[in-house]
Amino acid sequence: MSTLENTVYSRNKIHPQKFALLVSCASVVMLFAALTSAYVVRQAAGNWLEFPMPVLFLYSTITLIASSFTLHFSYKGFLAGNVKSYKYLLLLTFLLGILFIYLQYKGWMALVALGVELGTNPSGSFLYVLSGLHAAHILGGLAAVFVAILHAFILPYEVSAKRKLRFEMTQIYWHFVDVLWIYLIVFLWLQQQS
Amino acid sequence: MANVLTAAPHSEEDVLIEQMGYDDHFHEHHDGDKFQSNFITTYIFSQDHKMIAKQFLITGMFWGVIGGLMSLVFRLQLGFPEESMAWLKPVLGKWIEINAETGMGALSPDFYYALVTMHGTILVFFVLTAGLSGTFSNLLIPLQLGARDMASPLLNMMSYWFFFLAGLIMFISLFLNTGPFSGGWTAYPPLSALPQASTGSGAGMTLWLISLVFFVVSVLLGGINYITTVLNLRTKGMNMWRMPLTIWAFFVTAILGLLSFPVLASAFFLVMCDRGLGTSFFLNEIFIGGQALDHVGGSPVLYQHLFWFLGHPEVYIIILPAMGIVSEVLAVHSRKPVFGYKAMVFSILAIGFLSFIVWAHHMFMSGVNPFISNFFVVFTLIIAVPSAVKVFNWIATLFGGNIRFTAASLFGIGFVSMFISGGLTGIFLGNSAIDIQMHDTYFVVAHFHIVMGVAAFFGMFAGVYHWFPKMYGRFMNETLGKLHFWGTMVGAYLIFWPMHYIGMAGVPRRYYRFDTFQSFSQFDDMNKFITIAAIVTFGFQLILIINFFYSIWYGKKVTEKNPWGATTLEWTTEVDPGHGNWAGKLPVVHRWAYDYAKDGQEFISQITPLKEGESETH
Repeated sequence: MSTLENTVYSRNKIHPQKFALLVSCASVVMLFAALTSAYVVRQAAGNWLEFPMPVLFLYSTITLIASSFTLHFSYKGFLAGNVKSYKYLLLLTFLLGILFIYLQYKGWMALVALGVELGTNPSGSFLYVLSGLHAAHILGGLAAVFVAILHAFILPYEVSAKRKLRFEMTQIYWHFVDVLWIYLIVFLWLQQQS
Repeated sequence: MANVLTAAPHSEEDVLIEQMGYDDHFHEHHDGDKFQSNFITTYIFSQDHKMIAKQFLITGMFWGVIGGLMSLVFRLQLGFPEESMAWLKPVLGKWIEINAETGMGALSPDFYYALVTMHGTILVFFVLTAGLSGTFSNLLIPLQLGARDMASPLLNMMSYWFFFLAGLIMFISLFLNTGPFSGGWTAYPPLSALPQASTGSGAGMTLWLISLVFFVVSVLLGGINYITTVLNLRTKGMNMWRMPLTIWAFFVTAILGLLSFPVLASAFFLVMCDRGLGTSFFLNEIFIGGQALDHVGGSPVLYQHLFWFLGHPEVYIIILPAMGIVSEVLAVHSRKPVFGYKAMVFSILAIGFLSFIVWAHHMFMSGVNPFISNFFVVFTLIIAVPSAVKVFNWIATLFGGNIRFTAASLFGIGFVSMFISGGLTGIFLGNSAIDIQMHDTYFVVAHFHIVMGVAAFFGMFAGVYHWFPKMYGRFMNETLGKLHFWGTMVGAYLIFWPMHYIGMAGVPRRYYRFDTFQSFSQFDDMNKFITIAAIVTFGFQLILIINFFYSIWYGKKVTEKNPWGATTLEWTTEVDPGHGNWAGKLPVVHRWAYDYAKDGQEFISQITPLKEGESETH
């Protein structure tokens, strides 16, 4: 059976479900890559209305970054057995997520007040489409965090492989949509400078 | 050997798996041997990859017949514009317009365009993407890699049902009062983005968009699963370089789909905004019915960029699985290792990579900068290199082989022929200068039908004949299979070869009739000929359908596990593999997938350990 020992058995270095989540993140990246490149192409074609970005988007960005930190420390608490910080930081993450959506909504309203409506000019349409699709992905993340909250408050506390995997996947997705928004806001900001 | 066995071993391969196999304790789990399924979870909402594969195949066949029949109707119009089509009135209803004086029935031009659009959409997405990649990725990835099932059987099931839903919505759109969408399968704006642009642009386009969004979801769910399974669930010893070429092809196909379909989804999303929310992403200043629309400053070319960023990888999503299947089938039936295995893998990877940077060759005449076109010409022509490597390797695999001319291998050889014929015309069309004359003519129609339509179908047929024994435990009838092959092979060339001449003379595609232009009347007879050839060739496909369904219940039973004498893992399972695929342990792999005619043995299964002093190199 010498050949067996020579064969490195490399199955399941990473849990298949976690890997599948990363792969789906790649497809979401392509969705937004397509839209932002369409933005660049369309902007270069002219007839492009410039407008200042509402400062509310800055506040929402800070909120979202903060929520990633609270989720991270909730996970640390989960691993370390600090049940209180596990539970309440998770709850705080959820509330920050809701606040983010609210601030985005206020941002859109501020844009409308400026006269930048959905159909006014492609420059505004793109902003609504990008931030709107992103908000839809945040809603998905909120659903995942909500399930995590249910687990935290209803199930008895234990650090099992299954619970750990679930939490890690929630975390991966939440950080992903967070980074995605940072990319979008930096992209939009840079485009407006150019 | 203190292992618990579920069945007494009765073949050499069973003994090998029992002695050297990998015990994943599958049968002790509650979803292992104790797994129970009832009628609904077995045949309808099944999570078993083998059943899902059959569901994809049969749904694909259904759509193949519908899409094929549609092409016959519009071919009748093109070949025999003077003949009455009143006899189709009972089926097509108001779409056949009867002239009150002469009693002549003519196909309505609106419906002609709807038929062309639906034929393209159905064949490209439902038959050659879902029906081909969906079927064989599902069937073969777990079986050839030694996995119990897909990484997520639930997502896999959802992948099929999203596809089913997409099909259902598209099917409903066929019965709309205003007809299905009629602006071409590429759905360019403004026909797709303005509900009032044509009869099919209203409700028909809405359903088309919803259907295809569901389809994108189906492809993504499937693709995520395929990629994860290939990278994570290979059995012990199955490293990437021991994978059969089928798996390599499905793997790269899934990556292409995963990266390109979201781009299509984004284009569709923007189209929806233009249709319903008053944005102007793709709509420029437009007058319609004497009225100026509010839309300002959109770019229809932007849609074409987004669409073809999917559209070009899409043709490789269609052809790569066929290439993988053909590589495997040719190696098995010529009893030789596939020639240049690594070159084949690198060609697949190269084609996959290049497919993302050639999209604008569909847009040479759309007003893109001619300077930028040069880059796309160069990249497009470079695709000829890995394609030629593959063709050379298939021929070298066949050369000197002990070829068994089964229906499967005949279709494999036919695939190579079609791929050469269609690929050569691709070199013509890839030149932006020649494209000025050729674009939107029947030359293009001939090119893509041969290279990705017929060729992909040949790959699919080769796969169906080859793996039917694995799917249903019975053989398909070989005589009927060969009859089907020769009818299709000759018929396909008779349909598409003349189209090259028509196209070179500049006859445009997508025209309802040509009698406005006297110069095209010289092709009337050729058009008649093509139509007749199409009807006859379609008739030969009925042989396949009869053979397929007859053989499911009455075909010759498979009595041995490995009827083709193949090396790959799917032939080490029971004839009718149950839940979890292998009854006992998982097989462990010791060698690559193509040890044919090695050391005087006809074939050596992948689960056979290397002998003392035997080298794995090939």
